Amino acid sequence: MSTTTTRGLAGPAPAEASPARPRRGLRGSSTFNFWLFTSPFLIGLIVFVYVPIGWSVYLSFFEARFTVTPSDFVGLGNYREILTDSNFTGSLVTFTVFALFIVPTTWALSLGLALLVNRLRFMRAFFRSVFFLPTACSYVAASLIWKMSIFNGVRFGLANTVLGLFGVDNTAWLADPSPPWYWLVIVTARLWLQSGFYMILFLAALQNIPRELYEAAAIDGARRGLQTFWYITLPQLRATSTAVILLLIVAAYQAFDEFFNLLSKTTWGRPPLVELYYTALGQDQNYGKGSAGAVILTLLICLVTLFQGRIMGFGRGEDSK
Amino acid sequence: MPALSSSNWDRRSILRAAAGLAAAGTLAACGSNNGRGGGSGSGKNLAQMFHAYGEAGTEQAVKRYAAAYKGAHVTTQWITGSNFESKLFASLLTKNAPDVFEFHPQYQLIKSGQVADLTDLIEPVKDDFNQADIASHTVDGKIYGIRMIDDPQFFFYRKSMLEKANIEPPTTLDELIEAAAKLTTDKVKGVFLGNDLHAVIQPLFYSAGADTLTDDNKIAYHTDGVVEGLKQLRKLFTSGDLLLDAPADYWDPSALNQGLCAIQFCGMWAMPQFQQTLGDDLGVMPFPKVGAAGKPSVYNGGWSVFVNAKSANVDAAKEYVKWLWIDQKKYQEDWALSYGFHIPPRTSIARSATKLKSGLPAEGVKLFDEYGHFDRIGWTQAMITATENVFADCVRKNGDPEAALDKCDKTVNAELKKLFG
Repeated sequence: MSTTTTRGLAGPAPAEASPARPRRGLRGSSTFNFWLFTSPFLIGLIVFVYVPIGWSVYLSFFEARFTVTPSDFVGLGNYREILTDSNFTGSLVTFTVFALFIVPTTWALSLGLALLVNRLRFMRAFFRSVFFLPTACSYVAASLIWKMSIFNGVRFGLANTVLGLFGVDNTAWLADPSPPWYWLVIVTARLWLQSGFYMILFLAALQNIPRELYEAAAIDGARRGLQTFWYITLPQLRATSTAVILLLIVAAYQAFDEFFNLLSKTTWGRPPLVELYYTALGQDQNYGKGSAGAVILTLLICLVTLFQGRIMGFGRGEDSK
Repeated sequence: MPALSSSNWDRRSILRAAAGLAAAGTLAACGSNNGRGGGSGSGKNLAQMFHAYGEAGTEQAVKRYAAAYKGAHVTTQWITGSNFESKLFASLLTKNAPDVFEFHPQYQLIKSGQVADLTDLIEPVKDDFNQADIASHTVDGKIYGIRMIDDPQFFFYRKSMLEKANIEPPTTLDELIEAAAKLTTDKVKGVFLGNDLHAVIQPLFYSAGADTLTDDNKIAYHTDGVVEGLKQLRKLFTSGDLLLDAPADYWDPSALNQGLCAIQFCGMWAMPQFQQTLGDDLGVMPFPKVGAAGKPSVYNGGWSVFVNAKSANVDAAKEYVKWLWIDQKKYQEDWALSYGFHIPPRTSIARSATKLKSGLPAEGVKLFDEYGHFDRIGWTQAMITATENVFADCVRKNGDPEAALDKCDKTVNAELKKLFG
């Protein structure tokens, strides 16, 4: 079993491997099995991810309005246009604000949840599932619930009902951008949706920390609680933390659903993807400009990922153990 | 796994075949959901695209009409959600584009050759149409769409609440703001204009004595009256007397029906539902006049049917459209009057529509006739979005109306230049 897997992963041996076992032929070879089981995914990846990315790059050099098969080459014109478009550059700022908010809070919340659940002596599986469940909920469904029942602006909205008990007036959470309460709606929705998933990652990492370390620390006189957490737990979670932060940043860059569903006809609170959606698929149908923005965004994600990997040492986690 | 018996291999082959099939099936399934369905054997397949109407029974009605057509097998794409236009525009680019779709008359669709010339279908019955509807679909003497329904949009109010607050239906925007303040209690807000206010953009222009464009397609909305109106709306927006973030938007009768507000901007379509819930405790009024030069106005929206000129079945699609929206008056009447209330664009149908002859519906028709403003075909989606940004920037946000309108002018002028040179 294991040989098959490692061979497959290490790099698919070409079909020549089969003559060694002539009776089974190609059908029995691990190479064949490798391609059989990976090809559905690979084909999907190529057709739905790599081809569109390539096409997008191609489109970004053309004047492509109302068409995805353009003929009018404009060089870097689209890039110049999108980089001077205040809506797009503004959306990058929006994203940055959003990321500054959501990445640390989700990180802290999911780590906190993991620590709590890890401490439980009974009903651990129950709480683990309960916190993980929101991950299964769609962003669109959650946005609608947040918009229509929790944070609607009328007196029977959940948030307004609770605040009403303390004599606070009804708040229009989404329609009125000042003060920007819409951030509260967006951040809470995303926290609820995401934290459980990252909690599971942290939980797995927590359970991987060797007991002996804690015992040794206790013998050396480390106090339980904060001191142990700071000097043992947190450093041991370094690799997982790095991965989680990386995933959170990418997820923040990809933010779309809740912004799109919660904020309608605004000129504010648009992350890059929403902005590009309106550029490429709005009334303008400007696929050239939209693609240029998408390429810039992709490059930015790559840069940030590499940069972050440098700082936090992504992938070095294994050696540090 | 040292020894692999032959039976084991059989099982594997089966598994392998199953996996292959599943993969093929998944791939094949992508893209098959184009709403066309299987053919019925008799002739061509046509696809039509509608936005989801809010009134019960509308989807069934559209499908019923389509099923009654013998010339082709017609399937219906019923698009839910608030961004019908972007879904329509995106799908028009693809091979699975609908052959027939509903939308509003907008010149960019004609300019880009997206919609077919329907003059020959309409010409024989042209005189039976509301002439304003013919005009709003005509470019250079050619008619590009057939109006299905006209939808005047205006205010509905609770008579009892206004009486209790001792106020008359407001006739100016200032009075509306005052009324909103008087009508607001801890349970009820004075006025509802929709959650993002986009429905009152054109009414505000008209009521301020302005328009979207001039007859020769120049900007007509950037006037002092409109600036004044925007400032007044900003006042209303921040007054706390305006209902915001309601669970259902302006086109749905819920806000007024549930007692969340005393005055709601909505459309003729919702009148039956208002009447059902509120009975006689209901009045209608136009968008009140804005500033000294203004006059009350009603925006006559509506939906028209178009034929996709890039479809492979243009002739079959035209045939179907002619059959349903020119010949089948019974269905046209059913569509306009059996679900929500809409004003039939065919004068012969409108004349015989007893449901619109008395009471509140008759008042609605009067508003339509007296204060109505129809679409201008040169006023396109990009311009509409630009004015929505004006409202976002200086009514919902505390921006300068002049600056917001200047920004809008830039977009609109660029668009006008593209369309009309």
